Amino acid sequence: MMKDPFGGMLLNIAFRLLVPFSLVYAVYVLILGESSPGGGFQAGVVMGFGIILARLILGEDAKIFNVRIGTSLVLAGCGTFIYALAGWLTLVGGGKFLDYSFLPVSMEATHELHALGILMIETGVTICVMMTILNIMDAVVRRSED
Amino acid sequence: MRGLVITVLALLTGLFCSSVLFLPVIGDPDSAPNQHISPVYISQSELDTGSPNIVTGTLADYRGFDTMWETTVMYLSGLTAVLILSKSTMGRRPEKEDDYE
Repeated sequence: MMKDPFGGMLLNIAFRLLVPFSLVYAVYVLILGESSPGGGFQAGVVMGFGIILARLILGEDAKIFNVRIGTSLVLAGCGTFIYALAGWLTLVGGGKFLDYSFLPVSMEATHELHALGILMIETGVTICVMMTILNIMDAVVRRSED
Repeated sequence: MRGLVITVLALLTGLFCSSVLFLPVIGDPDSAPNQHISPVYISQSELDTGSPNIVTGTLADYRGFDTMWETTVMYLSGLTAVLILSKSTMGRRPEKEDDYE
């Protein structure tokens, strides 16, 4: 996107280099959090950084990367709900709460199901952390505009 | 009212600070967690959780319930920040001191 330059040289390069890199790196940190350093909280922070940077560069009226405060509040709650949903799915599968061996999916019990459950809850944590950061930023911006 | 709040807060702070004295020394091999929990987690983590990363295994699997409420606390803190910073008067004290009480 953005074949045409839209700002000065610094803004163009910062946007084209840093924003895609931080978004892709956040997904990397999220997916590999199960087997290497990383995880949901870190991925959420990196992804929130990317979106805040895009918002700072593109400004208030941008069509993309512009998550409004109502949307981000709802999505933060949805992230928390995804986490709890993983727990309820294990209850449906007949196990204890958040015992990933009982997820109602036919996969190999210990390793694959646990990897699936950990990925699911970390996705929820990522969404919650990212949207919480955007919430606070949007609230501060609105406050300072008054 | 304010004096009572200050007294209760001072009492609780004193209790929490004095409880630090009874914690085991960091790195003490004879303390309760190091006797029982830590060796089991270190040796069993990969078998139980299927994750080669002990930190992830503990955070997301052994202590999954803890992390769930941690996420909830983060959501509530963001919501509280928005409510404090926004212009909405819901839940605020009235502006005039006379209306309060």
